[in-house]
Order: sequence, then structure tokens, then C-alpha cells
Amino acid sequence: MNLAAAANENLANISNVLIYSAMAVYTLAFIAYITEWVFGSRSKVGRTAAALAPAAGAEKASTVTVQVKQQGGGTAVLERPKVVTLSAPGSRDVPDGPGAAGGTEKGDLYGRIAVSLTVLAALLHIGGVLTRARSVERAPWGNMYEFSITLSMVAVVAYVVLLASGKNVRWIGLPLVTTALLDLGLAVSVLYTDSDQLVPALNSYWLWIHVSCAIVSGAVLYLGAVATLLFLFRDRYETKLENPDGKQPGAFATSILERLPSSASLDKFAYRINATVFPLWTFTLIAGAIWAEKAWGRYWGWDPKEVWTFITWVAYACYLHARATAGWKGRKAAYLALIAFACFLFNYYAVNMFVTGKHSYAGV
Amino acid sequence: MATTDTDTDADTGTGHAAADAPAREGGSSADGGSSAADGGAAGGSAGADELGAAGTQLSTAPTEGQAVPGSFGGVRAPGVLGPLAWTGREVYGWLRWCWRQLTSMRVALLLLLLLSLGAIPGSLIPQTGVDPLKVEQFKAKHETLSPLYEKLGMFHVYSSVWFSAIYILLFVSLIGCIVPRTWQFVGQLRGRPPGAPRRLTRLPAYTTWRTEAEPEQVLAAVRTVLRRRRFRAHVAGDAVAAEKGYLREVGNLLFHLALIVVLVAFAVGQLWKSEGGKLITEGDQDGFTNSLTQYDDFKSGAFFDKDNLEPFGFSLERFDARYEREGSQRGTAREFRAHVKYWEGADGTEKRTSIEVNEPLEIAGNKVFLLSTGYAPVITVKDGKGDIAFKGAVPFLQQDANLTSSGVVKVPDYRDKNGKKKQLGFQGFFVPTWGGADAKTMFSQFPALDYPVMFLTAYHGRLGIDGGLPQNVYQLNTDNMKQFKNPDGKAFAQKLLPGETMTLPNGAGTLTFEGIKTWASFQISHQPGNELALIGSVAALVGLAGSLFIQRCRVWVRAVPGKDGQTVVEMAGLGRSESAKLPEELADLAVALQADAPAEAEPESESPDPAEGARA
Ligand code: HEM
Repeated sequence: MNLAAAANENLANISNVLIYSAMAVYTLAFIAYITEWVFGSRSKVGRTAAALAPAAGAEKASTVTVQVKQQGGGTAVLERPKVVTLSAPGSRDVPDGPGAAGGTEKGDLYGRIAVSLTVLAALLHIGGVLTRARSVERAPWGNMYEFSITLSMVAVVAYVVLLASGKNVRWIGLPLVTTALLDLGLAVSVLYTDSDQLVPALNSYWLWIHVSCAIVSGAVLYLGAVATLLFLFRDRYETKLENPDGKQPGAFATSILERLPSSASLDKFAYRINATVFPLWTFTLIAGAIWAEKAWGRYWGWDPKEVWTFITWVAYACYLHARATAGWKGRKAAYLALIAFACFLFNYYAVNMFVTGKHSYAGV
Repeated sequence: MATTDTDTDADTGTGHAAADAPAREGGSSADGGSSAADGGAAGGSAGADELGAAGTQLSTAPTEGQAVPGSFGGVRAPGVLGPLAWTGREVYGWLRWCWRQLTSMRVALLLLLLLSLGAIPGSLIPQTGVDPLKVEQFKAKHETLSPLYEKLGMFHVYSSVWFSAIYILLFVSLIGCIVPRTWQFVGQLRGRPPGAPRRLTRLPAYTTWRTEAEPEQVLAAVRTVLRRRRFRAHVAGDAVAAEKGYLREVGNLLFHLALIVVLVAFAVGQLWKSEGGKLITEGDQDGFTNSLTQYDDFKSGAFFDKDNLEPFGFSLERFDARYEREGSQRGTAREFRAHVKYWEGADGTEKRTSIEVNEPLEIAGNKVFLLSTGYAPVITVKDGKGDIAFKGAVPFLQQDANLTSSGVVKVPDYRDKNGKKKQLGFQGFFVPTWGGADAKTMFSQFPALDYPVMFLTAYHGRLGIDGGLPQNVYQLNTDNMKQFKNPDGKAFAQKLLPGETMTLPNGAGTLTFEGIKTWASFQISHQPGNELALIGSVAALVGLAGSLFIQRCRVWVRAVPGKDGQTVVEMAGLGRSESAKLPEELADLAVALQADAPAEAEPESESPDPAEGARA
């Protein structure tokens, strides 16, 4: 064995160690998130904050403070204008829940610890993916193992970026870290493939373009799917509260759901995510077609992988249409979004493993 | 994120006001569609007195609530013409109703759902167009299911009647949707943003202040500021009405239009395409000339003109393959390069180039792709009389990653030692790198030619190639053949190194393994419409980005003299898309206006709008 190969083997081993360390830190983060939820469940603040605001059509006077540049370079904060916003009449005007910590100081402390651990784990995770890439001297997504570790990395990084940009997304933390752990566990146990070179057919710069877009789309769509799922729970919860004579949500469900953002916020968040990624997914489809044209001489051949990419795309188009059609807003659109994401998952796992086609790079 | 709850129901054509209707129809399941229609209609009337024209047409999406009711009968006049006219009205009415239904958003949604559902079976059941061999295997395995599948077109889903019906309906619906929307949009472009509604406080975002500046002065300043921010703005009465983000609608129309372009390009590609395969051995002088008989297999679209193939050809001069020798990837291909000589057109001057995987040769509107490679042992067979009965390179087909290959040699023109006409067939394996006698395996150890060995056995009898039935050149039909036997009665088989000769039992002749050549297989495809498809896709992408990322919104600014002589400036905004930006945008505008209409301090308690008290 020559020197370069030994060096690569070395790097591959380092990558494995980093991935395992990331998993360990994710586990700690998972425990911290759980602790945050547990402390938050004892809070009174949470419960009162989550009480439904009664009047529909209530107005919220949100003071938008605007920085005004003054002559001479200084800035002054203009207290006015106060922009009064009015929620759509008829829609529930429910405030967002206080978050997992439920306003408790201890819960919040653990929440912060959890976020810090997530960031640390993400760094290890990134390191693992990068060393893997160095060890094979190419883009680290030539087989399902590499695809999986990159996918969960992007999802976690997207979460951290959203957090850092001040978005109210800490509530995704627990489900995200859980699935990141599952994904990595599956990757290192079932899908693990030794660091390997690509067959000539995969050796094209379109691999970089097409697969990286697929990974980013998938990871971000996952966040959208989580928000959609939580929307469905929270929406049911709010519906039950609205009707005090009907069946009321159980204590456990209440304890969790009352701390989540309002169904309207969840819905909006999910929509924004999905709508933002949809063009990227469209581009993934187009880039794949261009690559297929280069490699196989036809841009579209109804190969199972192509078909499922198409199905996923149409399913998301359905969702966007549903959002624009009055009768389908809300829960129905949410079901469509979940179906669409299920298509993505099917395309990723089932088609790679059980359906044979030209895209048989799975290496399992 | 939740600074605003602007969640306009603009698809009902009534903008924000539509939300006055019971907006939470999510819970009702079966009648969701009709309740939506009701919602739209109710919202329209309820909103009319609040916002008037202001709230309408922030999108050109079709209105759902206007499907024509089911009866168009009217009175049937007596006489012959009466029923006729009645029938005409009825038919016309129903057609109109169907058309309205087909072009409604709800049906578009259903058709989209059907399209994705319909695409599923084709990915799970083998398809003739993708892999005919697998279809045969499937049919052999599922005897009861196959006839049913056959009837449903399950083996060619994407060209089946029902799948075509779905996408054709979808695209008819799409055209029926785009055309009126385009007209409506042109109307919006030619008109002006609708005037300010009476009570601006009713809009989703609102702000107000008092200033010493005169109303006219304020309005003039507002117009300038808005125009600088790419709003279309005009003064109507005591207020400025402005709108921006028309490109959103352009993007949406462009996207849907581009989908049609892509479909047309796809159809053109399917109907006029051709695709064929050809295996060529290194150094073979004849190579390939583009005519039907030269293809190993050939497929073409319905409108492809088979009689007028483009004149071109190529031959394989040399094939370079390099394989990884070290590490865990030992044996993986590192480089495949086919050095070819090609010509095109009438003059046919020859040029040289190389073809690699992912780098096809473009020639006379066709593309030549390198598909795979393998070895072709060069063999000479002498008959019982010592005359050469066969000479040439015989391509063997790959069986595993290390290029263990199998193949057959057919010798149709052969005489035994008595001069009797017969036919010979050889069958066996070729391995580029043999593991040696101790290896206990016949399989190749490495794909390069490190220790090439061939194992062959021989048959005599009738090959069965004279009957006119097409036969696979890579398989030997031994039904009418007898295997040569050794004197001990065991089947005759022998291992050969290059240069070695095997002698058939009983003086039946010899076979010499002269050497090894490499072959490469190519796919020659011609697919028109690729450029169009690419243009369509790019346009779709651009349109989609515009449609999803551009915010469309309206802003109204009213400036009227207040009771105390100051001017009351009121500003309100209505967003079309689900955006949190509207209040910020409004605040920015307000700040930008401070130069021309500086805010005065106002008493804390005073309500900014007289209508305010009446609300709640
Ligand atoms: C080939 C099938 C189709 C696909 C893939 C498709 C895809 C999309 C997508 C992704 C959007 C979202 C863009 C946005 O929200 O602005 C959209 C919006 C829209 N589509 Fe389609 N569409 C299709 C067919 C149709 C048809 C047949 C109609 C008409 C009946 C239609 C009417 C609309 C309208 C009105 C909007 C804009 C809704 C709004 O203003 O927000 N689409 N379409």
C-alpha cells in the first residue's frame, strides 16, 4: 500500500472518530433538551401565557423602531411610527407559547446548554464530513453513508443558522437532534461504506451541483416537515380549547403543546421553509436531467429515481397550490406537505435500497 | 416571525377582506371545496363595503366561487326550434360549466395529485421502455397478474392512455388558466392601483401621525418617495394609491407558461428521437456507419425518419483503460478513453478525437456516448482439412467487476476431416487476470490484462442460424449440437494462454488464441428539443423564483386637514403574500417621509382615527 492511500485511510478513520464524537455530543444535547422540557413543564408562567386570547380581530400594536441616519453620521432611534397590525378577522388570535423552557430559569439554562451542545456537535459533525471528503478526494456524497451524514449535518446547520439569525426555532431542537442521532446511527451501522472512489459514471461536476442541492433541499424540507407535523398537533389542541364543552386535551399533551408556537406561526414557518426550498428542489430536478443527458444521452428516462424526484416535486407543487386555494388551507395543505416529504424519504431510502435502476450508487 | 398575521385570501379575488368569511374551513373535510367557494363569495360581499375595489385583484388567480350553477334550461318555446334552442343552450351551458371546472384551481390541484399518484406504478413495475428483459421476467413470475397489468398499460405507464389523459387534461387546464389570467393581468397593468378604502385602519398594517405640512405637499412627497421605491403611485382624491411587486404575477405566469414549453419540448424529443447501440472492437477497420443495419439495437420515436439517417461514422482506434491497483478500491476504473476516428457529411474527411464517460462526441446532430468496455480474444479456427474456417476478434461480455467475461465463437463454414460440411461452436470464459492454478477459482482477479487466460469447450452439429430466426450472437444454442468428448468420455475443455492452440479430439481441427483486443460499446442517440427543454426549465426556474420571492403589496397614504389645523397623515398597507415585511416596509416609508412631513408631538390619549372607537 502506498503512502497516499495510507494517509487517506488515516483520514477516513479520523472522520469516523469525529462522527462518533458528534453522536456522543448529540446525545448530551438530547438529554439537555429533555431536561429543558421537563423543567418547563413545571412552570405556571407557561400555562398562563398559553391561555387563548379571547377576542378575534384584536389588534397588536407592535412598535417598529427604525434607525434614522442623522446628518453628521449619528443615528437616532425614532420611536414613532407605531405600526398597528391587524390579524385576519376570523382567524384564531393565539399568541405563541413560551417555548420548551416555559419561562423557567432552570429550563432556559438547560435549553441554552442544549443549544451550545448542538453547536459543538455540529462542528464535530462538519469535521467528520470534511475529513471524509479529504480522504476520498471528492465530494463526500458518493454513497448512502456519505449522503446520510451530510444530510443531517445540513439540517443541524440550517437550524443553528436560523437560531443565530434570531428566529424563534428553539422548539425544533429536540426532534431535530433526535432524528440526527437516528440518521447517524443508521448511517454508521447499516449504511456504512468504506471510503471509496467513484465509478467513472458518477465522476462529473454535476455530481457536486445536483447532489448538493438534493441534500440541502432534503435537510431543509425536513425542518418544514417537523413544523408541519407540530402544526397539526397544535392546531387540534387549539380547536379543542376553543370549544370548552367538547373533549379537552390531556394533561401531557397540554403541557407540551401549550409551549409550542401558535398553530398560525407554525403553519407560516412551514410554508416559508417549503416555499423557499421549492425552487432549489426544482433546480435539483433540472440539474439531474442535465447530468443524465451528459452521462446517458437522455435527460429523462423514467428511471425510478427520476420518477420519484418528479413525484416529490409534483407533491410539493400540490402543497403550494393548496396553500393558494381557500378550501385547502390549513390542515389539508399540511397533510399534503407531509405526503410530499414522505415521497422524498421514500425516494431516498426505499428507491436506493429496494428498487433497482441506473442510480444504483447506494453501495449497501 | 409573527409581527403580522397578514394571511390574505387573495385567491378569492377579494384580498384581505375575504377573510371576514368563516376562514377556518380546515376542519370540514368532504365539502372543503364548496365551503371555500362560499367563503369567497361571502367574503366578497362582506368586504365590499370595507375595502371596495382596493382589496381586489392582488392576484390574478381565478375566483373559485363563480362556477355556473347546474341548470341552464330556461323556458322551452313551443315548435321545432324551441327544443333545439333549449338543447343548444343546455349543451353550451354544460360545456361552459365543464370548462370552468377544468380551469379551476381545485381541479388543477386534483389533476396534479393524480399526476403524482399515476407516476408511482411505473417506478415499481418493470417498464418495457426501460428494461424489456425485466418485463419478461416479471411476466413469467406473475402469471395471473400480468394479463391484468397488460390491460391497464402497467408495463408502459408513461405512454399509457390513462397517464396521457391526466397530463393532457392538466395542460389543457393550465392553458385555460393562463390565458384569462394573462388578460386580467394586462388589465391590471393598464389600469391604476385602486383608490384608498374609506377606513384605512381596517387594513392589516396601519400607521398615522400629524404634521405641519400641507396635505398637497405631503401627498406630492409621498408619491415621489413611493415611486423611488418602485411603486406605481398616483393621487386619487385625498390619498395616494400605490402598488408594487407586479413581477410576482409575471413570474407566476412565466412559470406556468414555461411548464407548457417543457412539455412541448419533451413531446418533440419523444416523437423524433432515435437511439441505438453499437459494439466496436479496437482496430476494426469497418467501425460504424450510421445506417439501420449497422446498429446492434435501435429504437426510435413515431415521427423519426428512418430512411434519412444523417451520414456519419466512426471507428475505434485504441481504447485506454486504467484501473486502481492499490488500496480498498483496487480494481475500480479510473479512466476509460476511447480514441476514435470519425467522419461526417458527404466529403467524409476523417478526424480524430476521444470519447469518455460523461463526455460524448457530438456529430451531425447525434451524440455518441461511451457505455462500456470489455475484451475480445482474437481467434483462428482451422478445420479438419487444415484450412482457416474462422479468423477474427470475438467480443466476450463482462460478467463481474473484474471483467470475467463469457462468450461464444460460431463457425458456420467448416468441414470435418472427411470434408463433410458441419458447424462448430465454442463456448467459454475469458479472464484478464487469472488467479493461477492454486487459486481454486476461475474468476478474474483484476480487470487489466495481467495474466489473460481463456477456457473453452467445443460443440459440433448445427448452430441453428440458417433458419432465418434472429439469434443472439453472444449465446450458443446447443439444442442441435453435441459436445466434443475426451477419450476418457469427459467433456472436452481446455485452458488457453495467448499464442496457444487447442486441438479438437479426433482431428476435428484446431483453435488458436492469437491475442486480445479491447472493445467498447457506444450509444448513438439523436434527441431534438433538448435546447427548448433547457430554455423552458430555466424560464420555469426564474419564474418560480419571482413568483415565490417577490412580494406584491399595496400602500395607501391619506393626508387630510385635522381639526386643529394640522395635517393627519394615515398610511396603510395590504400584502398579497404571506410576508412579515409589510409593517417594516410601512415604517420605512414613514421614516423616509419625515423630511417632508415631520411628525409633531401628539397628545397621548388621542385616538388616531375617528373610526377607531366604533370598532371592537
Ligand atoms: C403542471 C402543473 C402545474 C404545476 C407544476 C404548478 C405549480 C405551481 C406552483 C409551484 C405554484 C406556486 C407559486 C406561487 O405560489 O406563487 C403555482 C401557483 C399557481 N398556480 Fe400552478 N401549477 C400547475 C398547474 C396549474 C393550473 C392548471 C392552474 C390553473 C387552474 C394553476 C394556477 C395557479 C395559480 C393561480 C397560482 C398562483 C396562486 C397564487 O396567486 O398564489 N396552476 N403553481
